[in-house]
Parts: sequence; C-alpha cells; structure tokens
Amino acid sequence: MLSKRSLVGIRWSFQTLAVLFFLLIGVSAYAVDPAVASSDEAIAAGKTVFNANCKQCHKLDQKSVGPALRGITERQTIEWAKAFIVNSQAVIASGDAYANALYKEYNNTVMPSHTFLTDGDLSNLLAYIEYGDKVDPAAAAVTGGDASGAAASGGIPSEYLSIILGVLVLVLLLILVVLGLIISVLTKYINKQDLSEDDKEFVSQKSDLSKVFKSDAFIIIVTALVIALVAKTAIDGLYSVGVQQGYAPAQPIAFSHALHAGQYEIACQYCHTGVEIGKSANIPSANICMNCHTHIQNVGGKEGISPEIAKIYAAVDNNQPIEWVRVHNLPDLAYFNHAQHVAVGGIECQTCHGPIQEMEVVGQHSSLTMGWCIDCHRQTEIATEGNAYYDKLVQLHSTSKDALKVKDIGGLECAKCHY
Amino acid sequence: MKENKKTYWKGLEQLSNDPEFVKHADREFAELPTNMNEDGSASRRDFLKLMGFSLAAASLAACEAPVRKAIPYVNKPVDVNPSIPNYYASTFASGGDYAAVVVKTREGRPIKIDGNDLSPINKGKVNAIVEASVLSLYDKQRLAGPMVAGAKSDWKTVDEQVKSKLASAGSIKIVANTILSPSTEKAIQEFGAAFGGAEVIMYDPISNYGISKAAETFYGQAVIPSYHFDKAKTIVSFGADFLGTWISPIEFAAAYAKTRKVSKEKPEMSRHYQFESNLSLTGANADYRTPIKASQSGLAVLALYNAIASKAGAATVSAAKVEIANLDKAANDLWAAKGASLVVSGSNDPNVQIVVNAINELLGNNGATVDFSTPVYFRKGNDARMNQFIAELKGGQVGGVIFYNCNPVYDHARGAEIAEGIAKAKVSIATNGTMDETASLVQIVAPDHHFLESWNDYQPKKGHFSLAQPTISPLFDTRQAQDSFLTWAGSTTNYYDYLQANWNTTLYPSMGGGVSFQEFWDRSLFNGVIASESTPSAIAPITDASAAAAEVAKTYAADNAGSELVIYSKVGIGNGTFANNPWLQEMPDPITKATWDNYLTVSQKWAIANGVTMVEENTKKAQISVNGKTLIVPILVQPGQADGTFGLALGYGRTKAGRVADGVGVNAYDLLDSSKGFVNFDITSGVEVAVTGDSYKIARTQTHQTFMARENVIQEAVLADYKQDASAGRYKPEIYKDGEFVKPSKISLWSGHKYSQHHWGLAIDMNSCIGCGACTVACQVENNVAVVGKQEVLNRREMAWIRIDRYYSSDAAADDLSGLEIASENPEVTFQPMMCQQCNNAPCETVCPVAATTHSSEGLNQMTYNRCIGTRYCANNCPYKVRRFNWFKYHDNKDFAGVNVAQNDDLGKMVLNPDVTVRVRGVMEKCSMCVQRIQAGKLTAKREKRKLEDGEVNVACAVACPTDALVFGDMNDPNSKVSKLLKIEETDSAIKEVGEERAYHVLEEINVSPNVWYFTKIRNKDKNEA
Repeated sequence: MLSKRSLVGIRWSFQTLAVLFFLLIGVSAYAVDPAVASSDEAIAAGKTVFNANCKQCHKLDQKSVGPALRGITERQTIEWAKAFIVNSQAVIASGDAYANALYKEYNNTVMPSHTFLTDGDLSNLLAYIEYGDKVDPAAAAVTGGDASGAAASGGIPSEYLSIILGVLVLVLLLILVVLGLIISVLTKYINKQDLSEDDKEFVSQKSDLSKVFKSDAFIIIVTALVIALVAKTAIDGLYSVGVQQGYAPAQPIAFSHALHAGQYEIACQYCHTGVEIGKSANIPSANICMNCHTHIQNVGGKEGISPEIAKIYAAVDNNQPIEWVRVHNLPDLAYFNHAQHVAVGGIECQTCHGPIQEMEVVGQHSSLTMGWCIDCHRQTEIATEGNAYYDKLVQLHSTSKDALKVKDIGGLECAKCHY
Repeated sequence: MKENKKTYWKGLEQLSNDPEFVKHADREFAELPTNMNEDGSASRRDFLKLMGFSLAAASLAACEAPVRKAIPYVNKPVDVNPSIPNYYASTFASGGDYAAVVVKTREGRPIKIDGNDLSPINKGKVNAIVEASVLSLYDKQRLAGPMVAGAKSDWKTVDEQVKSKLASAGSIKIVANTILSPSTEKAIQEFGAAFGGAEVIMYDPISNYGISKAAETFYGQAVIPSYHFDKAKTIVSFGADFLGTWISPIEFAAAYAKTRKVSKEKPEMSRHYQFESNLSLTGANADYRTPIKASQSGLAVLALYNAIASKAGAATVSAAKVEIANLDKAANDLWAAKGASLVVSGSNDPNVQIVVNAINELLGNNGATVDFSTPVYFRKGNDARMNQFIAELKGGQVGGVIFYNCNPVYDHARGAEIAEGIAKAKVSIATNGTMDETASLVQIVAPDHHFLESWNDYQPKKGHFSLAQPTISPLFDTRQAQDSFLTWAGSTTNYYDYLQANWNTTLYPSMGGGVSFQEFWDRSLFNGVIASESTPSAIAPITDASAAAAEVAKTYAADNAGSELVIYSKVGIGNGTFANNPWLQEMPDPITKATWDNYLTVSQKWAIANGVTMVEENTKKAQISVNGKTLIVPILVQPGQADGTFGLALGYGRTKAGRVADGVGVNAYDLLDSSKGFVNFDITSGVEVAVTGDSYKIARTQTHQTFMARENVIQEAVLADYKQDASAGRYKPEIYKDGEFVKPSKISLWSGHKYSQHHWGLAIDMNSCIGCGACTVACQVENNVAVVGKQEVLNRREMAWIRIDRYYSSDAAADDLSGLEIASENPEVTFQPMMCQQCNNAPCETVCPVAATTHSSEGLNQMTYNRCIGTRYCANNCPYKVRRFNWFKYHDNKDFAGVNVAQNDDLGKMVLNPDVTVRVRGVMEKCSMCVQRIQAGKLTAKREKRKLEDGEVNVACAVACPTDALVFGDMNDPNSKVSKLLKIEETDSAIKEVGEERAYHVLEEINVSPNVWYFTKIRNKDKNEA
C-alpha cells in the first residue's frame, strides 16, 4: 500500500513541477479577457463568493487541491469558465479536452457543482479571480514593518523594567555608601572636639544589631512579612491549580495550524465541523484530513510522503483513530457550548483560542478560569440584530443607554454553565 | 368557599402520632452514621486522620492535571455529531408488555426512552418499566457470547450442535412469553418446518388467559378485546389494576385520565368503582372503593349481574347473598350510563370473565367500550397448554425444548417442575440474554440481542404495527434470536431482510398507500408505527352465561373464615423480568412507598389482633404457608386491605438475575395455583399466616420528608360541590395587615424578581395524577440521580428529585380516635407529585452562606454543586423538603457498586446523561426543572433566530406522564399551554396572578411564591365522605 502511494507521489510531484512551470509562464505573460469586470464592488462581491465556495480547494496564485485560478479567462473563454464552475462534470462529460486534461491531472477529483450561483455571482467571482488580492511584495514588507512597530508601542517591555529597577538599586547602594562615608568623616571630626560625657557616649555608641534582631518589633515585622509572603505564594499557587494556560502538549501528529489556518487560510469550520451546531467543536475525524491529503502528500512541494501525513494514512488503513492530546480541558462541572458562542454570539475563534493561525503547536491561550468567562460576559454585547429570539429583551432594554450585554440577560447566572 | 375538614396522613404511625414518628419528623436529617465515639464526639484520632487526609488532598490537588485524550472518529458517520442527540423510533416489548418508543442516543449510546407520540396505543407515554429499560442494555449480567454446557463457546459450535442435536431430538417445543411479532412467528414457523414441526407454547408470567378463554366460550373467539376507558362514564373494576399492571396500563391510564379531567368548560368526569382485596393503584384512584375478600369476588360479579339483569328484565341467576357496599349504587350508575360504561375484572377465572362479558352485553357496552372486533395481542399465553407441556416435559416426551426469551423456571407457578423436566429433554436451548434461572439449566444458550440492538416488528393490536430498530451496535457477541432460528433452519437470509420481505408481502399491499415499498418502509421506520383506523363493532355471543354463573356460584363463598392470599404485581417490578434494574428496585411502590422488598400486606385489624404494630420501617416477619409451601416474609400493615386477606407481590426473590436483584424479597410465583387449568392469583384456601416474631426493616419512603402537620397541602372537593363553586375545597389563607385581611402574596419582605424573557412554571393536576411513578424514573434517568440502596433508604437518604406523596384521608377529625381507626380500614387516597417548587421568594436562597443556590432571571432556583459546601441549611429551610444531600460519593464507590450501577460500572456509566453533572459527596442537589433541556431548547431557537415555541422544551417528568398531569411551560408566553391552563393574567411581575379557581400553591400562607401550581383533587362522589 505504502509503496504504491509513494509511486503515486513521485508522479504527482512531476505533475506539480509541470504545473508550476505552466503557471510561471502563465503569470508572466497572461492577458485577462477584457470582458471581466475590474470594479472594486465586483471584486469584493466575488471575494465573498470565493471564500464561501472555492477557498477550501483553490488559491488564486498557487496550486492547492485544485489548480491556481488566476488567468483562467486568458486560458479559456469566460463562458467555458462559468460552465465549468457551475457543473464541471457536465463539461467533462461533453468531452472538452481541456476539462478532461484538468480532471485527469487532479486525479479525477470531482469538483462539486455550484448550480445555485447566479450569472452575476459568476461574473463577480471571475473579477475577483483575475484582479483580486494581488500580492505586492513591497506592500507586504511595509505591512510587516507596521505590525512590529505597533507591537513595540503597545507597552514598556519587561526587560526595560528590570534595567530601571537595577539602576535604582545601584543608586540606592551608592547613596548608602556615601552616607556611611559622611558618618565616619563626621565622627572623626566630632571626636577631635571637646565633648561632655553624655555627648561622648552618644557619639561613640555602637549600633547593636543583635539587639535589633531580638527586639519584639523586628520579630513581629519579620514574621508578618514571612506569613504574608507564604500566604501570597500559597494563594497564587492555589489559584493556578488546574489552570493550564500556555499548555501546549506535543501531539501525535505535528499538525501545524500556522500552515493550515494561517498560510492556506482554511476556514476553522472546515475541520471543526461541530463548532456551529453543537457543544463540541469536534477534533476532525481522519476522513476530513483525507479530503485534501488524498492529494497532498508532502509539504513544501517535497517528493514522497511526509512522515506526519503518513500517520493519517496509517490511521485510515488500520482503522485506528488518532489519539490527539486534549489541550483545552474544562472541568466537568462547567458546561460550555461552542454553538452558543460561535453561531449565536458570533465570537471569533481567536477571541478565546488566541492567534491560532500562527501556532505551530496549539497551546491554551486563555486561562479558561471562571473569572475569565465572567469578565467576557460582562463586556460582550449580544448580537441581537436579526435574531427574533432577542426581540423582547431588546425592547425591554431600549430605555437603557448602555448596550445589551450578556450580563443583562442572565449571563452571570450559575445555571447558565453549571448543571 | 367550603373548607376541607379532612385529616390527612401519610402512614399509620402518623395517624396514631407514634412517638418514634414524631421524633423523626421533628428532625430534619436522619441520625448521623454511627462511627463516632460513644458520647457522639469525634475522637482525637479521627481528627488526626482528617488532618492527614486534608493535607494529602491539598498536595494531590496541586499536582499537574492528567493528560486527557481527544479521540475523533476515523470516519465520522454523517448523522452522528458529538454532543448532538439523535432520536430513533423503536418499540419496547417484553413478553406481551408493549410501548412504541423514541430512543434518544448520544454519541451512539441510547440514554433515554420516551414514548412515541404517533402511536395510537401508548400515545407518546411510557411507564416506569419502559423508562428504566434502557439501563438493562448496560447490565453487566448480560451474556457476552453463546454458552454450551455452562462454558463459553462460539456461534459456529452452537449452530453445529443445535442443528445436529435437534435433527434427532424428536418432538420440539418452543416455550415463549407472548410473541407480538408477526415476522418472528413466521421465522419460528420456518424453523419448525426445517425440523419436522415445532410447537410454540406461550405463557405469560402475569396471565390473562381467563379473558381469552371466556371470550372463546362466550363469543367463539379466544381473544382479549380492546377496552375504551375514555368512552366510559361509569367504570366498575373487580380487582383489575388497569392503571398499574393490567394488560395495557399505559394506554388505559391515558384513556382513563381523559375522563377524569374537569374544568369549568367540562365539569363532568367518569365515576369509578373498585371492588378489590389489596389496595391497588387503580383502587387508590377510585371514587368508591370497597374492600372485598377474594373468595367473594365471583359472587360480587354475580350480584352485579343480577342487579343489572333485573333492571334489563333478563333472567337472574341464583347465588349466595353477599353484602357488598356500593354494589347497588354501582349497578344504578352503570345502568344510567348504558353503552358508555365498562365493567372489568382482574380475575383469571374464565367463568367470572364470562359473567363480566354478560354484564357488558346487558349494558350494551359490547362494540362501544369493549371492542372484540379489534382484539389486542398483549397476552396470548395459554395456561392449559402450558400445564400440558409441563406434564410432557416431566414425562420425558419432549425431545427438544427451546426457551425463547422466557424464564418459566422463575416466573411460572410450576417453575420447580419445569426445572426438573429440562434435564429430561434431549436438547435444551435458551435464547435468554442472561444466565437466569432457566438459562442456567439448559445445555445451550444462544443469547439474543437486547431490544435496543434488534430489528423487529410488532402487532400489539389488530391493524396496528410497529417496528423496532437497533439504536446501538451489539455490545456483546450476541445474535438476534430470529437470526438464530433462521440459521438453524438452514436459511441464509438475515432477519433484517427477512423482516423487510415479510412486510413487502403482507403489509405493503394493504397499507402501502400507493408509494414504493422503499418509501413505505422508510416512512414506517421513521414513524415507528403504522395503524389502520378501525371503529368498534359488536360481535354476537354464541351462548349465555348461565352455565358459567352456576359454576361461579359454586366456586365462590359468601363467607370464608380462612385466610386468603391475593398475589399481585407491582407497578415498578412487574413480573420480575427487569428486577435487576436498580432504578425500579428503588422506585417506591405507589401505595406502600416501600423500596427494595416485597412483603405481606395485612389489614390493620389483623395486625392489631396479632400484636403487630408497624412504626415506620420496623416490622415483624410472618410465615405464610400455602398448601404446603412456606415462605418467610416481612409484614406491612396496609390501610385498605380487606380483612382476612393478605397481599404478596410477584417479581421478587430472584436467584439468578444479577447482583442487584438476587436475594431481594421472596418468590411468590411458587404460591400460584394452576391446578384449575388457569393460573390463579387468588388463593382462597389452605392459607395460613403466623407471626414469627423476628424483627425486620422495610425501607419505606412514605414518612420521610414530611410537611410536619401543616394543613392544606392537599385541597380537594367532590364533583357536585365543584359544579356549584369552582373554588370548592380551596383553602385561601389570609393575613391581617393594616386593619384588613389580605392574601399572603400581598405582604412580602422581598423586592421581587424581574423575568423579562421566560418564566418557567409547572401546573400539576392532582385529578389526573394516578401516582404511577413514571415521572420519578424519568427524572432519575434524565438527571443522573443516584440509587442509594436499601440501607440508605432506611437512613432516610434517598436521592429522588421528584417524589409522589401518597396521602390517606378520612373526614374523621384528628382527635376522633375511633373514627380514624375505622377510616384507616379503607381510606381515600390522594397522590401529589412533589419536587422543587422553584419559589420566587425561595427560603433556601437566603440561608446559603456561600450563595450556592441562587435565583435565575427565568424564575428557576438554581443549584450550583461546585459552589456548595454542604452546610445543609437550605434543606433545613425548605418547607417542601425536596432538597437532597449527597451523604456519600455514590459514583465510583465500591460500597454502592451493587446498587448504583449506572454510576459505577464502566458499562453502566454509558447510560448517564452527558449534559448533567454527576454530583460528588457533600453537596446538595434538587430538581433543576431540567435546566439542561431549557438551555438546549433556547440555543436551538437562538441558532434559528426565532422565538422559542411552546412545547419545544419540556421537563422529563411531564414527557413521561401517561396522564398529562404535569404541564410545563413559559408563563410569560400568553399562548403557552401552562398559561392557558392556569389562566394567567398578563403581567410583568414575577408574581403571577392565576385565574383558574382550582389552582393553588402548597403552603400558600408562607408566601414563598412557588412556580409550581397544583389543581384541587375532585372526587366524583355524592357527598364529601371517606
């Protein structure tokens, strides 16, 4: 089985090279059909259609599950493109040579039909494909620079704080030394004078440290300090029991969200299918991985099968599920429902999970403590628009000048999460 | 307003104000466990141990959390999504007990069974046994694979052995309980044909053979008719417990309740007479109940026949005179409601049933309330044939015997003889799913799937069909019994194809409705049921009842001086098939409120005469001998028990059911008498009862959680008064304030809540509630309520979130001792479901030091387990006594592994509801009004961007209730059923003003303002009397 797959892999990479070659030529010298609209509105509308229907398998300038799309109106007529998008199988069945070549090239992968797209949608889509989101290297560099600048101005970095602290301590020590010097100079000076017995005694008195150590005040202060310190440590420790913020265990497959969600911009919902319908977002089953990895067998255009991707194949071949390590562990006594937050509340995944699209290894971004939940419920406004469920609440709340927040409709109540 | 002057009591000890009872009633919590010093203080050593434990616990808690895995499917089925339930229509059938059900599965595991709304028989309702049957799927006792000669084997060996052995066995008999499945019968026929004929012998543990035998004699058809209780204005029952256990109780209860609901628009209800020996659930609901001796029952039926016959001008029969109260009254009412009345009898004596048929004929009920043209098939057992079979088996004339999912060694009157006879058969096979009393005696056990793993079809009634489909892949290496039969017959078709093919040829042509077979099949499977409408029609008798009447007059005696034993079955345990189910064992019997036992119910008079006083759980044992067979059983003094009779329940005394049921109670099947050609449950001669003097404790819940002598918890009236004044029987407390008397709700310490979106409420009609307890089991399943076992029930620590309070009453004043004594011979009974009342001014909330119980913006009283520190102040301050404390860790605790199987076994845990927390030791819990369902319903509405519709969210107890006594809904929604029922005036206030005159709050005077309303109990009596 494996050997067969690697053969396929080699053939695949030849094809990849061929296509890349073709693409390079295409990109360097294509001419877009002038009938394709280039207005901003059309491009924006097309982007929506693209993101909703095409993004899972296609990229504009890169080959993915399907071919790179830019330049299609140069390679084929607009009519051909539209017909192919609407029902590719019909075009293939009609015996169209280009369509059949494509079909064969992509291992007979069936592209779903899109009969629900109107002609307007298709025109907008083509506008986006040809003119949308062109990558300008110079612009990209500028944006990158901006981003790092913004990060720097966000607050004083912690290392500056320690430097300032160090300098302060140094200054204090210097002052201490100077004061000591002053005292010794003054003592010497005074000793040379003619002094009364009392004054002499006062000047020559030695500070008795052991007396200080034995004094009640000192003992009480030190004890209080120690107790306070221990208590603080204990309380901090107790508050962190079960808090796994930053927990980023190694996974059985070195799956990179940075690659899939970040670089390839695969929508979260594509894999986490439960996120809008149920309590659990679902760790994708292996068959979802196979949607793409039937074709994509290695990373970065390398030949052969990546050892990590091979683990998916092994799971499927042996019918052995992949045992991922659970990163986000809520206690059993807390009920959390993804659908409520994502589908109803319209919360972005990143709000709780952090910049997941940048994570090579997923770690727990938020503390997932009850205080953290409650804080968000206090601040978050409810997405009431167009949702008839909230009509009465919105109406009752309309007299208030504050926005309707989760806390206003019982979002801080115990039995919303604990039952 | 007419005030109710009755005295209510929960048990005889409360009636007699026993000091022991008073002591317990005054104490909020039962005494602490006894591992204390003698002076009751904890020792220094205990203190050190606790210290050590706390330190260890603290350091353990600081450890890293364990690594948890998230394991997705390899290939996720399209319609299974984690956390989203799927529902499948299927059918529960055990012997002849039947219910069309909808099974809720989560992540592929069945976790809850509800009724199928589309079924014309059980109409979306279930009873306790059906509700609890889901746990039997996860019973550790189930066989993991086939067995040969008591050792594990494999199917290949089994098939080879069965085929070769049966081929030379000679006469083959298949013993079964009622088989409701046409396709199964066909498969068995096919099996028989392959071996030169195999006779199917059906018997039923709770036999109703008398009815079909009587119909055979009287009408020429050996069938059991459909009974239409909903069409009856007068119902007379002679010992038939049709609300609890008789033939099709779910169907009958729903139909009966229809006639019992009264409102201003329909101020009419049926009148129900019951003549019986034991106080049954049905008797407890009767308007007029007369305790009679079993030996008189035949004569009572004859007396009624004569009374009706003289009105109808028909010939009367001569019989000994019996004085039976209310019988003439019943005859008058029956005659007045001719054609819309119903007489039934629980007797298994065919002659009595013939007379009953004759009475219904005289009343014109045949074709109206009794429908022989649409017979039911719930009980096809033939007692006479079974007797013959036992003789053949004992005589060695049976070559091969196959027990198809039945356990006659345990649940037949002559079980011991069958046990002996099995060894004489050349081949003995059982398809039972566990190594029960019968399966452990046979050579080969070929275990059948559980019904939740099987395909099957059922015909419960003529023209009614339903399908069962698997809701989980088989857990063990079992095989559907029908597949076994087909395999042994040499067929290669599997039963699913066989079933489909059978439907294609038999049902599709007549019921297909012009669609393709596939469509017909898919629709039938989706709906679960398919029925053709039929209208009742009369069939003509072929004989008169004179011969039977003469026989009855001879058999029964007006005055039997000896003791009599009436053997009955309980609503929870039934015939004992599901005895290994702890939910059913711990469900209090509706009448006695006893758990985990069967016992001899005796009359108060007999108890006094024999020096037995029963205070709470403490009782004595008695020895009962019936014609030479002797059992030692505990005594339970039962108000309403006919003097001279004793009651004993079937279904207990299992020896090979499993660790839950084994050794619980005694087996009363042994005492049944089948010598007259039918299984007789009334033993009227040769019964001797003697008190042994040994003490015993029966775990009864009836006096736990008492209201401490507060009045007006139960409010009731008679129908005549209700017709004149809709608020008859209502107690309306008033409180003096500023020179006038005002309603308690007008005075409050509280500023009140605001419920802007929903305001959940529950309306409970005490007239519809028959006390069956289906709601209590439904709640237990839905909310992962722990089972605590007999000892903990004795310690008064049962965990049920909803209980049914059973009150006895009489109109004798509380200080009229002799009057009360008479009343306790035959008291009135009222059932009151009691759960957290979700008070708006909740007393529990104000006393919690850690705010673990708080109020929600939807009117719910929320209980937060993880915040609770277990002070129990809330339970102390709850006037309704509905809060439950976790005295122990009931899950993953070997001390409770034998009873709380759903939270201890790996297998049992599969039944838990994943949306509800399993509570730990030391926290309080109580009814949450199924908040998980409310949250789920709201989420669905929000996701679909619409308002929540009424009926979308329903609490588990209300869903299960066969009589729709509980109605749940949003009281802020003026169109909801609950708002309409209560006639709620629209208001923004949290305190709802209710327009319905019957609705009241329990303990209204303390103004805790509950969100649960009760409707007065209305009895259809002439005047207020006990």
